[in-house]
Amino acid sequence: MKYAQEYRSPKHIRKYLGVIEKISHHRFSIMEICGGQTHSIVKYGLDQALPEALTLVHGPGCPVCVTPESKIDQAIALASYDKVILCSFGDMMRVPGQKGSLLAARAQGSDIRLVYSPLEALELAERHPDREVVFFAVGFETTAPANAMAVLEAQRRQISNFSLLTSQVLVPPAMRAILANRKSKIDGFLAAGHVCTIMGYDTYQDIAEEFKIPIVITGFEPMDILEGIARCVEMLEKGQYGVKNQYCRVVKEAGNPKAQAVMQEVFERVDMDWRGIGTLLQSGLRLSEQYRSFDAEVKFHQVASSKPYHSPCQAGAVLQGLIKPDECPYFHSRCTPENPMGAPMVSTEGACAAYFQYQRPKSKGS
Amino acid sequence: MTESQQEAFHCPIPKETSEKISLSHGGGGRMMNRLIQQYIEPLYQQPGFCHQDSAVLNLDTARIAFTSDSYVVHPIFFPGGDIGKLAVCGTINDLAMAGAVPRFLSLAFILEEGFPLASFEKILSSIQKTAHECQVEIVTGDTKVVDKNKADGIYINTTGLGYVPTGVNLGPSSIQAGDAILLSGDLGRHGVAVMSSRDATEAEVAIESDCAPLDQPIQKLLTNNIDIHCLRDLTRGGLASALNELAKEAQMSVLLEDSKIPVHPRVAAYCEILGIEPYYLANEGRFICILPSSQVTQALECLEGGTLIGYVEAGDPGWVRLRTEWGTERILPMLLGEPLPRIC
Repeated sequence: MKYAQEYRSPKHIRKYLGVIEKISHHRFSIMEICGGQTHSIVKYGLDQALPEALTLVHGPGCPVCVTPESKIDQAIALASYDKVILCSFGDMMRVPGQKGSLLAARAQGSDIRLVYSPLEALELAERHPDREVVFFAVGFETTAPANAMAVLEAQRRQISNFSLLTSQVLVPPAMRAILANRKSKIDGFLAAGHVCTIMGYDTYQDIAEEFKIPIVITGFEPMDILEGIARCVEMLEKGQYGVKNQYCRVVKEAGNPKAQAVMQEVFERVDMDWRGIGTLLQSGLRLSEQYRSFDAEVKFHQVASSKPYHSPCQAGAVLQGLIKPDECPYFHSRCTPENPMGAPMVSTEGACAAYFQYQRPKSKGS
Repeated sequence: MTESQQEAFHCPIPKETSEKISLSHGGGGRMMNRLIQQYIEPLYQQPGFCHQDSAVLNLDTARIAFTSDSYVVHPIFFPGGDIGKLAVCGTINDLAMAGAVPRFLSLAFILEEGFPLASFEKILSSIQKTAHECQVEIVTGDTKVVDKNKADGIYINTTGLGYVPTGVNLGPSSIQAGDAILLSGDLGRHGVAVMSSRDATEAEVAIESDCAPLDQPIQKLLTNNIDIHCLRDLTRGGLASALNELAKEAQMSVLLEDSKIPVHPRVAAYCEILGIEPYYLANEGRFICILPSSQVTQALECLEGGTLIGYVEAGDPGWVRLRTEWGTERILPMLLGEPLPRIC
């Protein structure tokens, strides 16, 4: 498999592990932002192979995990209307809100469909002019351009029975919130390669300067991650800070200007509620004034969002890197993928799901 | 009465040349008899059995393996096979996993009204071909037709009988610490062939199902005096689920070498796109063979395409672990629900 196997070569993985071992002298905690990176780290056992002085802390970059319960409840409420077809990515289907998951709502008769792209939902709207198709637009900067494109396409094709229920969030405000939290002890970041592919890394320079912290834009394969760690450790050991780009085969400094332009055109920044973390200023996107007719929350204004509630789930602490999944008292006991207390246990990018899927629970066995 | 009115008063029995299955095909009358005679009876080696309520069989052995399975695959025709081939292979393979020599099959259909007769004929012909290749006899059966929209075209149930040679006693209780685990071929072809031909994904993959009878390779191992401890075919839930079940039943653990598990590059690429792992994909022509490590070389000489993928270990009952080439380990738990594609 081209562009994947090369970055999983055991020979090179061993080489990078050797490099890290050699240059690592002090204790550091490095946070990988993206849930995709967390899964690679745990799946390939990279955390087991690193020097004991290095701790990898898992970050908030799981779009499904940070979507607040209230949004899921809203999606379920919308789907309960006879005329609504609610479309969602598969990842979101099992995530529990306060009143169950989309999968459970579907079993009870709501028309909820799994799609692979927002354009698939748009096609569905075109084929069913008598129904209202709502696409559950969840994600970071990576999914925003495609969602924006679907809105522009709906406008061009004059498809008015299509709308988005948005829960679009942005990475830099979350990084700032984590660094500003006194409890967090993050010495360096591996930034999410996919997000930077779209947005570039200008903003990250500001964060690195302000918090005097090294940030390495990193890919998702084992070798990417090890190289990202090596470059981060190198900067930390030398007392340097700034931004380096490990994922240069994909990420350009300016990002993807076309994608940024459509995002700019269709969305505007708003304060956003993050599951378990709370409201972060200017950390989300919603459809701008001009495109408000495609906003499901405006279109179906009678569906009010439910009130936030306090769940015993420790997702907020996990998503901010304050605890590891297996340090949660409910991990592997009350909380399992079949019976999740929170999103990180069911999302394919969730840190709790990664620990459950790939690691033996510490207190269990024999 | 005009000529056209006379025609309108014809007896309402549908014409037998109708191209679709109708409710009358299951109604117990002439249409049903025609269907059986014309299409199903040719599958029987002893046509008389087809008209009897029970087949009467002579089995000169005291040890019988007996299994039953229903087949509801969608789509019914997939790259490398169809529901008919699957219905024969699946049941034969269940017999083969007990070390049995498959001998007799029952064949029962639930057909949906409106199912194209041409498709039914195609399925019957693949059943006949596969049964013939495996030297199993179809000796009894049943056909029912249900109303339109009450089934998905065709469902098949087959029950299999086979004899177990003296001295063959396979099962999880025979597994011992230190036993080797052989895998009979690469993983995941059936799962990918079926999933990629469903309409939900646009990812078309040129890969055929591995659907095949496994009785011959297993008999070859047994006749070459390989002391097999346990066999398991890797159907739903794939390699991971099969090994988890065995580890639990045998109260032992399993350690696999990731690099030794063969996966076709196209299967691997498909998994990569959808974010699923080949260890969980369904197979219909692959099995694992657990045997004393001293017999690995001899067994691999008999088992074309076979690979040594790991060992059974004492302790840690129920855990299946996978070791990477750089020395780290992860677990391979049981499949959790249906795999859902990831978001980005």
